[in-house]
Amino acid sequence: MDSALIPKGAKRCSFPKFTIGIAIVSAVLLWGVYAMFLCWFKGLNQTNMNDYYGFALWIWADLAVIAVGGGAFFTGLLRYILKVDELKNIINFAVIIGFICYSSALLILAIDIGQPLRGWFIFWHANVHSMLTEVAFCLSAYFAVLTIEFIPNILENRQVNKVPFFHHLAHNMHGVMAVFAATGAFLSFFHQGSLGGVAGVLFGRPFAVREGLLIWPWTFFLFTWSAAAFGPCFTLLITKITEVITGKKLVKDNVVYLLAKISGWMIITYITAKIIDTIYWAMVTAPSLGFTLSHFYTDNSFYGYWILVTEIIICGVVPGLILIMKSTRENPTLRIIAFVLGTIGICLNRWVMVLQIMAVPVMSFDTWALYIPSWQEVATTILPVAYGIILIAIAYRYLPVFPQEKELNR
Amino acid sequence: MKQENNKAHKFGMVIDLDKCTGCGSCMVSCMSENNVPFKEDESNKKDSITWMRVYKLTNGKSFPDTEIVYLPRPCQHCGGKGDHGHSPCISVCPATATDYGYDTGIVSQIYTRCFGCRYCMGACPYHARYFNWWDPKWPEGMEKYLSPNVSPRMRGVVEKCSFCYHRYQAARDTAYYEGRDDIEEHEYQTACTTACPAGAIVFGDLNNPFHKVHQIVKPDPHPDTRNKHVIGKSRNPKVFRLLERLGTNPKIYYLSEREWVRKQGDNYLDGEWDEIKNHHGSSSHG
Repeated sequence: MDSALIPKGAKRCSFPKFTIGIAIVSAVLLWGVYAMFLCWFKGLNQTNMNDYYGFALWIWADLAVIAVGGGAFFTGLLRYILKVDELKNIINFAVIIGFICYSSALLILAIDIGQPLRGWFIFWHANVHSMLTEVAFCLSAYFAVLTIEFIPNILENRQVNKVPFFHHLAHNMHGVMAVFAATGAFLSFFHQGSLGGVAGVLFGRPFAVREGLLIWPWTFFLFTWSAAAFGPCFTLLITKITEVITGKKLVKDNVVYLLAKISGWMIITYITAKIIDTIYWAMVTAPSLGFTLSHFYTDNSFYGYWILVTEIIICGVVPGLILIMKSTRENPTLRIIAFVLGTIGICLNRWVMVLQIMAVPVMSFDTWALYIPSWQEVATTILPVAYGIILIAIAYRYLPVFPQEKELNR
Repeated sequence: MKQENNKAHKFGMVIDLDKCTGCGSCMVSCMSENNVPFKEDESNKKDSITWMRVYKLTNGKSFPDTEIVYLPRPCQHCGGKGDHGHSPCISVCPATATDYGYDTGIVSQIYTRCFGCRYCMGACPYHARYFNWWDPKWPEGMEKYLSPNVSPRMRGVVEKCSFCYHRYQAARDTAYYEGRDDIEEHEYQTACTTACPAGAIVFGDLNNPFHKVHQIVKPDPHPDTRNKHVIGKSRNPKVFRLLERLGTNPKIYYLSEREWVRKQGDNYLDGEWDEIKNHHGSSSHG
C-alpha cells in the first residue's frame, strides 16, 4: 500500500502490521497526551511534586534524554569535524535519536513550568547569571541545528527526492553539514555543561555544590563529558534494539566496534574524573560545610551507598572496561550489557543530580523528603518514549536511515 | 557615590527563640497581611504556603531533660556569598523574576514575571519558597478581607516572604509627603513583628546603629576570618544565623541563651562545635 514511499530495495513489514504496531504505541502516546493536557489545564497539582520537590521526575527525564541524546552531537563531531568516516553509517540514526531526545526535552519543559504561556520570558527577561538561561538558549538553538541535520535525511525519501529542488537541497545540505556539526558540538558543550552547572552552582545545597573553574562548577564539565561518553552507548543500544525488532542487520560490526571503543574510552576517562570529583567533594567540599559523606547516604529508606556504587562502579567503570577491551567489546552479549549498564548509569547520575539533591535535608532540624510521582507524571514521562518509538518506526520505514542496510540484507 | 552607599538600608530581623512560644501568631498575621491563600487541609506542610513557618526543635533528650524551642522561619533574604546580592535563588532564576534590592537588602519576587520553573525553590536550603500548586481560593466572603496593598498570586508561580515590602513603600510615601528623606524605625515593621505577643521578633535596619536589631546583632561588616564568604556575622555570642557557613548570608538572626539551640543553626563535624562556638564576629571592628 505504501510501497512507493519505502526506500528502493529495502524490505519492510506489511502496512497492516506496521499500522497495528503504531496503533498500540499510539495508545500509550494518547495516555501521555491526556495527562499532559490535565497538567496544562488543571495545573501542576496533578503531580505529586511539592515545595521540597520542585524538581522531580520530569526534570530527571529531561536531563536523562538530553544526556543520552548526546550521541548526536558527539557522533556528528567525530564524523564531520574529526573525519571518522566509518561513522557516516550511523550518523543519520544518531541524529534522529538526538532529534527525538531534544524535542522530548523541550516538550517536558513546556509541561513542567507552572505558567507555560510565559515560557518565552526565559528569553525575554533572561538572567545571564542563571545556568538555566544558558540551557534554554543553547537547547533551543541546538534543537534547530538537529532539525537542520535531520532535514536532508527526510528529503532523501524516495518520493520527495524525485523533486529536483529537494534533491539538490539535500545534496547541498550534506555538503555544508560540517558547519552545523561544529555548531551543534559548540552548543551541546554549553547546554550539556550548563545542565550540570544547574546543580553545581547550588551553594545552598551541599549535596550538589561543586567548586570549579571560573564561573563553571566541575559538574559543568562532567555533564558534557558524560553525555559525550554515554550518548553513543545509547545510540548503539537503540540501533541494536531496532535490529532485533526489524530482524535485520543495519550497521556493520566494524562501525559498531569503532563507536563502542570511542565510547568506552570516553566513559573510562569520564568515570576517572567523576571518581576524583566525588572523592574531593566527599573529603573537602562537603566537610568544609559541616557535612560528612554518611549524611547524604544514611538515615533514610531509599538513598543508600548502593546508589553511589551502582552509578560509578557497576554502571560506570564496568561498561567502560568492557568497551575498551577488544575481547569483551567484540563479544555481542557483553557489549549489549555494557550499553545497557552505561545507559542506566548516565540516567542514574541525572537522577542523583536532580532528585537526591531535593531529598537530602540541609537544615540540621529538617528531615529527608521522599517522593513518589503521580500517574500523570509517569504518563507524561512515558509520552516521549512512545513518541520516539513512533518517529523511529516511521523514519526507518520511509527514509534511507542506514546506508549499509541493503548491502547487509541482500 | 559613597554618600549613596551609606544611605543603603539592610533590613533584617532578630528572633529571640527563648521568648517565642510557638503560638503561630506570626504565621497567621503573615497570611492575612499578604493575601496568602490556603487549603482546606493545611496539614501537609510540603505543599501548603506558609511564608512564615514555625519549626519545632528539640534537644533530643528524654524526659525530664527534654527541651523544646520554636523557630519561626521567614525568607532569609540572603545576600549571597560575600553579601554581593547573588543569593542562592536570585542567581539561578532564569527570568530575573526574583531580584535583590541593593537599597534595602530585600529579596523580591516578581509574580507576573515568574513562569514557574521552580529552580529557586531547589536552590533555597531553607524551604522558604512556595509554589502555587492550586488556584488561590478563599472561603466565600473572605475575599473581602484581602489586603488591597498586596497582589494575590496566580496558580503556577512561586511566592515567598517579602518583608512586607508594601509597608516599606507606605512608610516611604508618608516620609515623602512629610518632606523627610528617610523613614523612622517604627514606621516600617513587618506584620509578624507587630503580631508577636511575646515581642520575640525585632525588625529594623541592620546598617543603622540606632536600630534595635543592629544593637542586638552587632553585625560584623567584614568577612569572617574563618570563611571569606560570610559577611555580617554577629558579634553577639548568643546570636546565630541558619546555615551560616554555606555563605548564604541571611538577614534573619536568631537569639538564644541555650547552647543546644544555637548549635542547631548549622551543621558541624564531630568536635567542630566546641571549636566554633566561641568564634564570633571580629570585636576589633566594634
